[in-house]
Amino acid sequence: MKDWRYWLAEQRGTLLALGIFIVMFTIYTSNHPAGFTANVVQTAANKGVLLAFVAMAQTLVVITAGIDLSIGMIFLLTNCLASWLVVGTPMQTALGLIAVLVVGLLCGAINGAIVIYGRLQPIVATIATGAVYYGIGLLLRPFPGGSVNEDLADALTGRVFGVVPASLVVLAAIVLVIWVPFSRSVLGRAAYAAGSSETAAYMSGVPIRRGKFAAYTLAGLLAAIGGLFLTFFTYTGDAAYASGNAYTLFSIAAVVLGGVSLFGGKGSAIGAIFGALAFRTIGDLLFVFDFDPLWQPLFQGVILLVAVSLGAFALFRVRNRLEWFL
Amino acid sequence: MDGAVPLFQMEGISKRYGGVRALEKAELSVISGSIHAVLGENGAGKSTLIKVMAGVVAPDEGRMMLDGRDVTFASPGAANKAGIVCIFQELSLIPELSVADNIVISDPPKRFGMIDRGAQRRIAEEALARAGASDIHPLALVKDLPLSRRQMVEIAKALARKPRILILDEATSALTAADVSKIFGVLKRLRSEGLALLYISHRMNEIAELADQCTVFRNGRNVASYKAGSKSDNEVVELMIGREYSHIFPPKPAAAPAGTVPVLEARKLSWADRLDNISLTVRAGEVVGLGGLDGQGQRELLLAFFGVLRGLSGEVLIDGKPVAIGSPAKARQDGIGMALIPEDRKTEGLMLPMTVRENLSFAALDRLSKGGIIDRAAEQRLIDDMVGLLAIKTAGLDIPVGALSGGNQQKVVIAKWLMRQPRIILLNDPTRGIDVGTKQEIYQLMRKLAEAGAAILFYSTDYDELIGCCDRVLVLYDGAVKRELVGAEITERALISSALNIDGKESPVGLGASA
Repeated sequence: MKDWRYWLAEQRGTLLALGIFIVMFTIYTSNHPAGFTANVVQTAANKGVLLAFVAMAQTLVVITAGIDLSIGMIFLLTNCLASWLVVGTPMQTALGLIAVLVVGLLCGAINGAIVIYGRLQPIVATIATGAVYYGIGLLLRPFPGGSVNEDLADALTGRVFGVVPASLVVLAAIVLVIWVPFSRSVLGRAAYAAGSSETAAYMSGVPIRRGKFAAYTLAGLLAAIGGLFLTFFTYTGDAAYASGNAYTLFSIAAVVLGGVSLFGGKGSAIGAIFGALAFRTIGDLLFVFDFDPLWQPLFQGVILLVAVSLGAFALFRVRNRLEWFL
Repeated sequence: MDGAVPLFQMEGISKRYGGVRALEKAELSVISGSIHAVLGENGAGKSTLIKVMAGVVAPDEGRMMLDGRDVTFASPGAANKAGIVCIFQELSLIPELSVADNIVISDPPKRFGMIDRGAQRRIAEEALARAGASDIHPLALVKDLPLSRRQMVEIAKALARKPRILILDEATSALTAADVSKIFGVLKRLRSEGLALLYISHRMNEIAELADQCTVFRNGRNVASYKAGSKSDNEVVELMIGREYSHIFPPKPAAAPAGTVPVLEARKLSWADRLDNISLTVRAGEVVGLGGLDGQGQRELLLAFFGVLRGLSGEVLIDGKPVAIGSPAKARQDGIGMALIPEDRKTEGLMLPMTVRENLSFAALDRLSKGGIIDRAAEQRLIDDMVGLLAIKTAGLDIPVGALSGGNQQKVVIAKWLMRQPRIILLNDPTRGIDVGTKQEIYQLMRKLAEAGAAILFYSTDYDELIGCCDRVLVLYDGAVKRELVGAEITERALISSALNIDGKESPVGLGASA
């Protein structure tokens, strides 16, 4: 086989998610009363990037064969915190930004430490820490409120050169600064290796613990970036329990849609980003077709099921039944 | 070499697991530029010995010296850094990563803090070439490779780490004859480059060809060390098992039963590009072998009979009547009565964390239950019978089956299927990596089952077994039956030459002459 075919096989999940997104988004814009305009794209991008950041965060943990059920709560907590801190003079705003990111990093690090060094199962550990993070968020913002540096918020949710949504530019920058170095670093490879076969990784002398710890910690950071963007869009902080849980669950859906294996070791955050954008477009689709809002959750579920099934088509080609279980 | 300072030495190493003594005051010394064979039955302490050397397990007492200096290893990584690299029997490859990723996994080349993929690829290609496996693409995912190719990747990975001491634990057990000869060439070259090699194998001919020095382990102690070639195979085997050693193989019946309707028959079986027009028959009381190089379709043939493959063409007949076997559940039903002893006992044969009892009764649960409730008394009776019949050595029925030695695990897999009293028994390389004593018991069991009327189809990568156990052998090559050998025709030369698809009538062909 030629090199490019191996590359294609590796990127299959990501390309499939990209394809699903493009099809959905084309249907959406061609039925939108305004059509494919900078405004429509900007609105869609701003809604999409929130889930995209959270899904990226989830990807990092899922690659290690773990799962982070606190991710939506880190997102909420950092939102509440940002509504206190990211205000005032440019200097104060910058310090506030840093503080929010550090808190996200810390939340992720706590998750990682409990899972790796405390040897608790990720699903239980992150349900517990998620409740704690939500609790802190609620103490910070018992009622929706607060504010944010509006100049910064408007700049990051606006458009660059009048066409490109600024939020997408930030998303791309974060991919370049966090995901690309991580996935190509020794720690990133250790995270993949641990997710694929922890015993084999240990036997090969791979730094499993550091790799997993890095994955959980960076996941916290990415969720915090999502939380900041939530603040930029809403200008407020709000510890909305249902919203946090929804983001956690949607991030898992987006990750699967993006071709990341829940068994670990396989997939890319870029796939998860397209998965998140596609997932968001499902909701928008129902909107342009004027569905009764009562029906939306049901249809959203059906479309998600169909989209996720696309990735399972390969199973029909399996001629050796043992491969079903791999 | 005599009188040289040992590169690596172990003194008085002991290790206990719970109440079991795995190693007791074990000694070993390894010198540069030599191949040191370690022999012993499973459970003799070989695995623990190399785990201690490779930093996987910490010894309870004793000291290790490298270059005359005391060393301790906290992890496999630490042992690697000291130059001790081990190729484990259970492969240490990461399935979702590419071949190149795996080869450099413990110390990837870096540029600007990131992994340098170009350099990684060059290292991988070079290591694969050194291992004689240039046919493997560095970008292929390990999970897509067959077992024999994975083993070659494992060897390339070890070489890429530039070891001073290379430990091979049953490293050739999954390899084809052609690969084995390449690897032997590589190992001899490494020896001449001054490496110390520790070679663990159950195959006497490999040890005879490679080793300079041999050490035999028994019950956790090193019982004998001698220069290679100074003892006969029989003497060595006696040292290993510590008992009188006569015939490995039970006698075969004088003449194969003929005339009866075959219990199992295949007509023109084809599947994908792996099976090509295979026709064969197995009669009651017959042991039919499948030979040939590894990966010539033997495994797929057994899976085809067992209802695992989809899109099969051709016919399968049971007692002369065509049947469609759509799943393993169908294959084991009363009218068919088929059992498959799988190749990989750890994934396809056993649920490792579950108890011996649970594992034994899995295949027969439908027979042991009424209305969905398991009859514990009947289960216990049958299990007792099986544990007795196969002499399974276990501390109890309620310990996890993963705690048993490899040979005893394999006995559990076999016993589990015998609980259904199958009429057709398919065996997929059942003795891979298990000790001589257990092997012998399995051979005897096979013959006993055949005498009781079972039809046995037996795939083995070990030519000795095919010669010793089978009434007939079908040699597969590229998914087709290349040759059928009956009775006295089954010789090593015939097996090897037909496995390599060479006309067996020319000058003798050894392992080394394979293409």
